[in-house]
Amino acid sequence: MIAQAFKYEAPVTLAEAIGLLQKYGEEAKILSGGHSLIPMMKLRFASPEYVIDINNIPGLSHITEEDGIMKIGALTRETDIEHSALLKKHFPIFADASKLIADPQVRNRGTIGGNLAHGDAANDHPAVMLALNATVIATGSGGNRSIPIDEFFFGFYQTALRHDEILTEIRIPVPPPRTGSAYHKLERKVGDYATAGVAVQLTENDQGICTAAGIGLTNVNPVPLRATRSQEALTGKPLTDGTIALAAQYAAEDCSPSSDLRGSEEYKRAMVAVLVKRMIHRAMERMRK
Amino acid sequence: MEITVTVNNVEYHQDVEPRLLLVHLLRENLNLTGTHIGCDTTSCGACTVLLDGKSVKSCTILAVQANGKTVTTIEAVAGADGSLNPLQEGFHLHHGLHCGFCTPGMIMRATELLANNPDPTEEEIRWGISGNLCRCTGYNNIVSAILYAGAKIRGEALPSTEPVFV
Repeated sequence: MIAQAFKYEAPVTLAEAIGLLQKYGEEAKILSGGHSLIPMMKLRFASPEYVIDINNIPGLSHITEEDGIMKIGALTRETDIEHSALLKKHFPIFADASKLIADPQVRNRGTIGGNLAHGDAANDHPAVMLALNATVIATGSGGNRSIPIDEFFFGFYQTALRHDEILTEIRIPVPPPRTGSAYHKLERKVGDYATAGVAVQLTENDQGICTAAGIGLTNVNPVPLRATRSQEALTGKPLTDGTIALAAQYAAEDCSPSSDLRGSEEYKRAMVAVLVKRMIHRAMERMRK
Repeated sequence: MEITVTVNNVEYHQDVEPRLLLVHLLRENLNLTGTHIGCDTTSCGACTVLLDGKSVKSCTILAVQANGKTVTTIEAVAGADGSLNPLQEGFHLHHGLHCGFCTPGMIMRATELLANNPDPTEEEIRWGISGNLCRCTGYNNIVSAILYAGAKIRGEALPSTEPVFV
């Protein structure tokens, strides 16, 4: 399959890339890892007139910790996220999630920024970012803009990014001790999009009371969904079978999956409940280690 | 667009359309037809090559993205005298191929796998080739072939070459 013809630009600075986005407007698409965009172009679901490849811009690929904030460059490949010792230390959830994204060759190319900017509720990082309360940095001609993750996803392939902005970094608060996180998705075969996926991050205090809970859901809602009622069911309470069962029940009720080849709506809701329970338990094990 | 790509240690200058895929550059412009097109949808891994040493699916990369980079394909795996490298030898001795269509992709993927992890477990190999599909032999003998190549590269005792039938 061959994409429709387009003009290719490979800027070497961020300013140059933003200038091209301003010049070409809505007709331009950014090429990052390209493993969502190029397949869509080959199938002619997308036919941008201009493709702006940001892979030659230095400074967009890094994983660093600064003043209690984990900073991940938008161009960081999934492979590097999967194997980062720094991320493993604070956020075991990343190794869980990255390992389940497509396959090794795709992870050699796919980027975390692209995974978010694509705005697809079937992608795995959006739920992780919701659980971790991430902030997305969008760079435009006027400089950087911080977008809380809860204000980032709008609808099918829609995000808060303006057409002349580039997602450049993800910032995540490093949680206090006694925090654990976990992600899993149910998939029909390895590398598939989720039938349902659940991301959890929990913190508890010395008295065994849950002081913070973040829960994000993958591919069971038109937009990536924060399970707000589930979080509230846990926060300020001990993590008991009762509170965990309630959190699982709320998530299953509050999501809005559609029946498709991956399963019926009823089945997906049931799987959300199962995964919420399991991921809470896995996060608790890690939290107490 | 003018690009310069080093493929199997040979530098090529090509004038290509931006929409040309890397796999088409290799197969049609450079006549390197060892890299196969299977699904053409990033699923099967038959088109796997190394781009600056990393395994990638060349049906999902534009040729212009390889500008200034190095590409390694199955044609560069054997020795100049035609001698098989450890992976090729492993696939041969362990019956790791039947029709052979997936083999170039399997070998290029396994090349990076062993470069990153010279002593993989069977489970690590199975995860490692999860982006490569084989529709005839099945995977047991492919895994055996990669285990064999790992042992050979490490200079250790070689596993039995009795075929595995499960």
